[in-house]
Amino acid sequence: MLQFIRDGDRLMVRMAGELDHCCAQTVRRELDALIADLSVRTLILDFTALQFMDSSGIGVVLGRYRQMRERGGQVAVVHMNRHVARIFHMSGMDRVIVNLDDPSPRQAQPNRYQQEAYI
Amino acid sequence: MSHRNEMETQFLSVPENESFARVVIAAFAVQLSPTVSEIADLKTAVSEAVTNAIVHGYEGTRGMVTMRCSVDDRGTMIVEVSDEGKGISDVDQAMEPFFTTRPEQERSGMGFAVMQTFMDDLEVESAPGQGTLVRMKKRIHAGGMP
Repeated sequence: MLQFIRDGDRLMVRMAGELDHCCAQTVRRELDALIADLSVRTLILDFTALQFMDSSGIGVVLGRYRQMRERGGQVAVVHMNRHVARIFHMSGMDRVIVNLDDPSPRQAQPNRYQQEAYI
Repeated sequence: MSHRNEMETQFLSVPENESFARVVIAAFAVQLSPTVSEIADLKTAVSEAVTNAIVHGYEGTRGMVTMRCSVDDRGTMIVEVSDEGKGISDVDQAMEPFFTTRPEQERSGMGFAVMQTFMDDLEVESAPGQGTLVRMKKRIHAGGMP
């Protein structure tokens, strides 16, 4: 079960352990149940306790990003470790998902995949 | 090139073995005294290759995945992940970032891109009905240590 804190229209969810293909389905289902409440406008993923993430995790985060964007909301992340930050950067997710730890989010460096304009 | 050490392990194509494969590669790499970052790179690349074998090679059916790993005298790690699944008809297309045959499952299409980014070299051998072999190399302590 994911732990979460609700604060007004913001929902912070604590991700823990390893986000791979094996866990992705469960995490996706639990996150979708939490954001089924349409009064949630900002989904904040707290990665403090997330030790590992691969491209299956990219799929989970981007899927939630699309859902939130469709209803005019947003997804933000906080407390990424270096490994998770690298995955975020190489997939271009750092261009569309706000990192609350980053003092200057607009300064993100372009990377080789961003021409794809997929997100 | 002589191999200083090698190992091979086989496991069933079930998602629980993705974390098993990550732990095995990390344990085998320890003999090269890798950095935390190098271990994370190896684990991530192996996770992608094993996930591909399970999701795409065997498409959720049961088959064996083989992980073979060796280190040479220059500290290069060679990791091969292979399956005897359905194979890939167009390898170049499969390797394009964001290409996926399963968008409905929220597959990001970034698997090969992650392997390419986190390893030094990536080769894929595959043909329809012939299974897939992914061969990756990574120089440990590429920065000049120890």
